[in-house]
Amino acid sequence: MNSTEWPLWEVFTQKKSGLPFEHAGCIHAPDKEMALLNARDVYSRRNEATCLWVVPSGAIVSSTPDDMGSFFEPANDKIYRHPNFYKTPGANFD
Amino acid sequence: MKNLTEQEREKKFQERIDRGEIIEPKDWMPERYRSQLIRMMSQHAHSEIVGMLPEGNWITRAPSLKRKAVLLAKVQDEGGHGLYIYSGTETLNISREELVGEFLSGKAKYSSIFNYPTLTWADIGAIGWLVDGAAIVNQTALAKCSYGPYARAMVRICKEENFHHKQGYEILATLMKGTEGQKAMAQDAVNRWWWPSLMMFGPSDKDSPNSAELMRWKVKRFSNDDLRQRFIDRTVPQADNIGIKIPDPMLKFNETTSHYEYGPINWEEFYNVIKGNGICNRERMKARRAAHTDGRWVREAAEAYAKKQTAKGIEA
Ligand SMILES: [Fe+2]
Ligand SMILES: [Fe+2]
Repeated sequence: MNSTEWPLWEVFTQKKSGLPFEHAGCIHAPDKEMALLNARDVYSRRNEATCLWVVPSGAIVSSTPDDMGSFFEPANDKIYRHPNFYKTPGANFD
Repeated sequence: MKNLTEQEREKKFQERIDRGEIIEPKDWMPERYRSQLIRMMSQHAHSEIVGMLPEGNWITRAPSLKRKAVLLAKVQDEGGHGLYIYSGTETLNISREELVGEFLSGKAKYSSIFNYPTLTWADIGAIGWLVDGAAIVNQTALAKCSYGPYARAMVRICKEENFHHKQGYEILATLMKGTEGQKAMAQDAVNRWWWPSLMMFGPSDKDSPNSAELMRWKVKRFSNDDLRQRFIDRTVPQADNIGIKIPDPMLKFNETTSHYEYGPINWEEFYNVIKGNGICNRERMKARRAAHTDGRWVREAAEAYAKKQTAKGIEA
């Protein structure tokens, strides 16, 4: 068996131009060119994507689940960031 | 979750599952949850890959260019399914190399259905309709499982399986409108694939050692027997519709339960095929090992090319 495994890449697909990119899964590939080809063959055989991003998995920086509470905590007590915090009797904002 | 004992963590984990939360790769999980998922997901991935072989057998002999293009696309999808699930399994801290290694060494299992031969063109119809039909029932249930990467792979796969299912049914429907010989061929294929398809759901849950634990973790959401029943209930009317007879003399619709009752399944055959004594077990393993060895030069060439590009200063 081969002793070295091809690097892992994260694949992101954009369904239509204008829409955000979404994580689709991973693939293995030796370089970025083949990463794109493999990503296309695995994650877009039916036009699921009009654009693809491939990113070396090691380059992804993620918050950890243990952070979940404290890391996002600063957002918790700022309900005034939401429009429904404000009272505007009589006026129509629809 | 820093200073908790193992037991406290497991309790918290179970509470998350009970609340219907989805477990993601970086979340804490019991070692046993991880290893059970690796076992299930890798078996599933290997099955998709081996599943390309029985159908691949007919690509060069498909009866028309259209059928050939369709079969090629179907088999390519199965390869894709294998890759989605492998990449999902790798999120559990096991490498692709290990997964493939366990398969090629014969240590890991794959679905016993793929150890049956594809004798005629009608088998391609029967596989799409019955084998992919059974797979849809299984995978639709797994799309609601508690492990995020597995569930998401299943959602993607189920969309594609509907094409597999319908193209198979259409092959049989076309044969059933043909000559007596063609009708007999279609019926013969269904006669051979019906029972192995029912076995795809696995033994009754009371005989299935992992079921209770997997249900508690919501990796499994329905019992094997329930899923088998669901498959039978939706498949029998489809058979009636094209004049195919289900090869089970005990099959009958129960008006009270609104379910079909069916005859006993030959589990001895099932266990025998799992043990490696099916018609095609050896051939399948041989074909996969050959594919791996024969593809080595391609992998090496691609690696060498990538290295050369990097050396040239073109970032790879
Ligand atoms: Fe599949
Ligand atoms: Fe399929």
